[in-house]
Amino acid sequence: MNKILIVGEHDGKTLNPATAKCVTCAKAIPDAEISVVLLGADTKAIAAQAAALNGVNHVLCVDRPENQHPLAAIFAPQLVALAADYSHLFGPSTSFGKDLMPRVAALMGVTQVSDLMAVEGAYKFRRPTYAGNAIVTVEADSSKKLVATVRVASFEAAPSGGSAQIESKSVTASLPTHTRYVGAKSGSTDRPDLQTARRVVSGGRALGSAENFKLLFSLADKMGAAVGASRAAVDAGYAANEMQVGQTGKIISPEIYVAIGISGAIQHLTGIKDARTIVAINKDAEAPIFEVADVGLVGDLFQIVPELEKLIAK
Amino acid sequence: MQKILVCIKRVVDYNVRIRVKPDGSGVMLDGVKMSVNPFDEIALEEALRIKERYGNVEVVAVSIGVPDTQQQLRTALAMGADRAILVQTDKAVEPLSAAQTFLAVAKKENPDLIFLGKQAIDDDANQTAQMLAALWDRPQATYASKVELSMGKGQVTREVDSGLETIEVDLPAVISVDLRLNEPRYVKLPDIMKAKKKPLESTTFEALGVSVGTYLKTVKTEPPPQRQKGVMVKDVAELVDVLKKKGLI
Repeated sequence: MNKILIVGEHDGKTLNPATAKCVTCAKAIPDAEISVVLLGADTKAIAAQAAALNGVNHVLCVDRPENQHPLAAIFAPQLVALAADYSHLFGPSTSFGKDLMPRVAALMGVTQVSDLMAVEGAYKFRRPTYAGNAIVTVEADSSKKLVATVRVASFEAAPSGGSAQIESKSVTASLPTHTRYVGAKSGSTDRPDLQTARRVVSGGRALGSAENFKLLFSLADKMGAAVGASRAAVDAGYAANEMQVGQTGKIISPEIYVAIGISGAIQHLTGIKDARTIVAINKDAEAPIFEVADVGLVGDLFQIVPELEKLIAK
Repeated sequence: MQKILVCIKRVVDYNVRIRVKPDGSGVMLDGVKMSVNPFDEIALEEALRIKERYGNVEVVAVSIGVPDTQQQLRTALAMGADRAILVQTDKAVEPLSAAQTFLAVAKKENPDLIFLGKQAIDDDANQTAQMLAALWDRPQATYASKVELSMGKGQVTREVDSGLETIEVDLPAVISVDLRLNEPRYVKLPDIMKAKKKPLESTTFEALGVSVGTYLKTVKTEPPPQRQKGVMVKDVAELVDVLKKKGLI
């Protein structure tokens, strides 16, 4: 049997949807028994959300004051202690998982398998390299524990309907004091979460200013969409860093992605390859974004976007 | 603050459109332009700015790779690193092995800080910095977009999915850098000439006492599935029509 431990991501209140996607990935492993571990100060409410995911057998809560903030240096030794009972350790390919899991892998003496996009066997996976331009199939040493991050854009969220056992767990591990949480600034918004949104409207450098990005926010609100941005737009200060979509930003898989004034550098396309439908609006008919777009419209975004908003509203 | 180590990887240049070999054994690298991993350039730039601010700081660039990796280390020296170390090998090196090798160098050099790029743009693994911090038993501050140092501590602002997060770490520490930390300087011709005289030491895994393992085997390399060519519409009305038919709005 393959015993899989998924490190659940949460913000102290809600389970991040990336966790449900890890569950789907874990379910693809043959003969899998799936547990989710939550590290936090008080994870009871979150545990109920994890326990409701279809396919999860156990939920472990490791509650202690030191776990208030997700610091890799604090979490890693606890996960190493927990891993003794498991064959596989999965985390999401989010900034949380990408920070944490390699630290765990190193302490366990293995290389991590980053960004699983498909499962071909208990130790055989497909993953993207070169900004998604080469997909490699890798086989890990099955005599060791497997540590991996799951590319969340590649998997559907596990549905609810589960009723896993919830268990409080105390872990013996010596925790360092050399790393301390200071604070966070989040672009809090009422819009859907970019990483998991079904609809995304995204803007590039052609928007020209942060002020003009309001055009996109307005359109997004009409569509019930999240708002993303290209690296160029973020670098230029038109959009916040957490809005960046692409190789080094977020990799997303919405049902519809509307790229507005984005030329379509390969690093950006990496982030949107899994979108079901890509719509491109750009004044340059030769822009590479049109090579991947399902629907393209050449023209001035400053005319098109308000008109689009008006027509959608009808 | 006396010494900063910067880890550098030689990778296929950012602008090259890579091609997968028809037999699935890897990507074509013959005659392809190689460069310093762009994130590692940002890492080096940050180290150089700290050196310029504090003075009397030695910046050491370290890489692992084929003999030609000297070219990338010369670039690092031309940017302003004081000396360079190449751990020479023809083997493909996994992140864990890279971290073990950098650890061996760190134990010899005793740096106050180690900077790395957050990921290499070839394998996109995003592991080495975190692994090095774990093996060194020191703090990690990944995805840094701002680094402030004072009194043996570093305050690092990190780019995370929800926005920005700030943590404080005791030095020595490992910092992996993100895109917006700084803009690396351009190298000028006189600097390239000067770099030729700077020390570049070659060493080996054996000399460092590192045994390099293989944990992952690459079975196959394939190009990604191509998206089918879409349709062009002539105006917004037609666009809305198409999207409505697809049930998307």
